[in-house]
Amino acid sequence: MSLRLYKADLHIHTCLSPCADAAMRPSAIINAAIHNRLDIIGVTDHNTAENVPAMQAAARGMGVAVLGGMEICSSEEVHVLAFFDDADALGSMQQVVYENLPGRNDEDFFGPQHLVDEDDAVIGASDKLLIGATLLTIADVVGAIRRLGGLAIASHVDRQAYGLISQLGLVPPGLPLSALEVSWRCSPDDARAYRTHNLQIIRSSDAHCLQDVGKAATTFKINAPQIDELAMALQGKQGRTVSI
Amino acid sequence: MKLTRIIERLNLRVCTAEHRLDREVQNGYVSDLLSDVLANCQENDVWITLQVHPNIVAVAAIKGVAAVILVNDRQPQEETLAKARQENLPILVSSLSAFDLAGKLYAILNEPSGAQ
Repeated sequence: MSLRLYKADLHIHTCLSPCADAAMRPSAIINAAIHNRLDIIGVTDHNTAENVPAMQAAARGMGVAVLGGMEICSSEEVHVLAFFDDADALGSMQQVVYENLPGRNDEDFFGPQHLVDEDDAVIGASDKLLIGATLLTIADVVGAIRRLGGLAIASHVDRQAYGLISQLGLVPPGLPLSALEVSWRCSPDDARAYRTHNLQIIRSSDAHCLQDVGKAATTFKINAPQIDELAMALQGKQGRTVSI
Repeated sequence: MKLTRIIERLNLRVCTAEHRLDREVQNGYVSDLLSDVLANCQENDVWITLQVHPNIVAVAAIKGVAAVILVNDRQPQEETLAKARQENLPILVSSLSAFDLAGKLYAILNEPSGAQ
């Protein structure tokens, strides 16, 4: 294996997120990713990873790597992306989140939460209040992700809602984050303003509909599309790099 | 007190649901954390917040609040307005801060009857 460039959009919701379009199903998302020349996508539904296996199955042999993850909402209503290579670690993280996620979804108000298979068929629905906040503090969330060997990336720090800076005013020193994310609204030039505590910036789409897949992306120079390689790139180690 | 009267007294700008301002309001709630509003805001309250994203409409609708009042002249996002129209939820805007607005609202809601 040798280093090569991978174009990644690490923040994509599926139809399991109540706020996402119903068309956000596995093969449709993979096709949109191929159309936009993405090599890696991150599956990050709100407070759940239950559509990750279907996404990974749909991507098999298609030339797009699917990183299993979720977008966790802390008690301060800060969104954090969590990614794991290992399905067991992702499952453990999901368990921690579910144990701390109060409430039941009301489809009429928040939208449906569809569980799907790799052929885009709806196979069920989650009744959890996935749009809600967990009882876990931001330090709890990031700590648990890192303990389980995952990447912890603060979502859309440029936004006025659900971002680390909108909710807490600043990036807390000592929080063991892997990176900060800016949204497509923030140009790569403007993103530099968010560099702090030696944290790299990534850009992603936060796609809730198919047209938005790949609307923003980050290029990683890595050996393989996996978490340890992304972590090295985010730390600028062993020739791995990140650019937006 | 009728919502229409509160709008007059506090000089609020009505952004949506102009036909739904007839509700009786006795109390309010101030919070910018949606999970806290879900847990503690009561039906028929007016909810005072600085959040302008679309999720405030879902939370307000599920709690049955009379209106959402945005402070500091904050402009609701387009999607928020569209959803509020759909839900017939009044979104009102004040130029005051949350502290000043809540203080004034508390005072007028607790005036001795007849003073209105």
